[in-house]
Amino acid sequence: MDYSILKEVPIQYYFVLSAILFCIGLAGIMLRNNVIIIFLCIEIMLNSVNLLLVALSVYKGDPQAQVFVFFIMAVAAAEVAIGLAILVASYRNTVSIGLDGLKNLKG
Amino acid sequence: MLTVFITLSALTIISCLSAILSRLPIYSLLSVVVAFFSIAGHYLLLQSQFLAAVQVIVYAGAILVLFLFTIMFMNLNYTVHHKKPFYFTVLAVLSSAGILAFLLQAIYCSNIGSIAEKPGIGDVKNLGSILLNEYFFPFEFISILLLTAMVGAVLISKKR
Repeated sequence: MDYSILKEVPIQYYFVLSAILFCIGLAGIMLRNNVIIIFLCIEIMLNSVNLLLVALSVYKGDPQAQVFVFFIMAVAAAEVAIGLAILVASYRNTVSIGLDGLKNLKG
Repeated sequence: MLTVFITLSALTIISCLSAILSRLPIYSLLSVVVAFFSIAGHYLLLQSQFLAAVQVIVYAGAILVLFLFTIMFMNLNYTVHHKKPFYFTVLAVLSSAGILAFLLQAIYCSNIGSIAEKPGIGDVKNLGSILLNEYFFPFEFISILLLTAMVGAVLISKKR
């Protein structure tokens, strides 16, 4: 099976797609006031970086980057579990999921 | 094949945009599900079948369902009132567009080198042998990390 997509699609297209996804996530973090949507934007940014790592790993013929993507996914799962737990605990105290409810967290 | 790539990319970008622009959290969550499935399609196009399966199972199946459970159990599906001033919105859009311009300039100037493809690097067989030979200890530490995160999540969100 010597067929490959990277012979038809230039690798720069993947770079551009990943940059666009990263900036969409960044804009969402700065625009929205809802903590859940901010978490989702962090996930979008992580996924854009994962896409770039996989494209480069296929391009260079090096499978180590795909192992790294696997580890990133596991760490993202742990991060989301802890983050949502903190969100639920903070929602119990300040009945709000806006960023204003988290203002008391600063020292 | 280029048309498939462009269709998938358009689907990804449109669903991410709708994720950050929709009012209710549940709609943006469903848009993110669509975006992650299309990213799994990108992985399939790149012949990384293992990562495509992990993307569907872990991201769309576990992480986003965790978000869904949180939103539905805690009844969080309402719009938070925007208290940010208008100039802040303009500044956010401008700064992310500026970072995008910087990134595109860097991509335009970069030199990646020639293509050095090997067939079958995204196979389960190949990745599994790398994961259990060279990355054995990180792999085991990941399981400890997930166990710790699970215990921590239960401890933090417990009612007291």
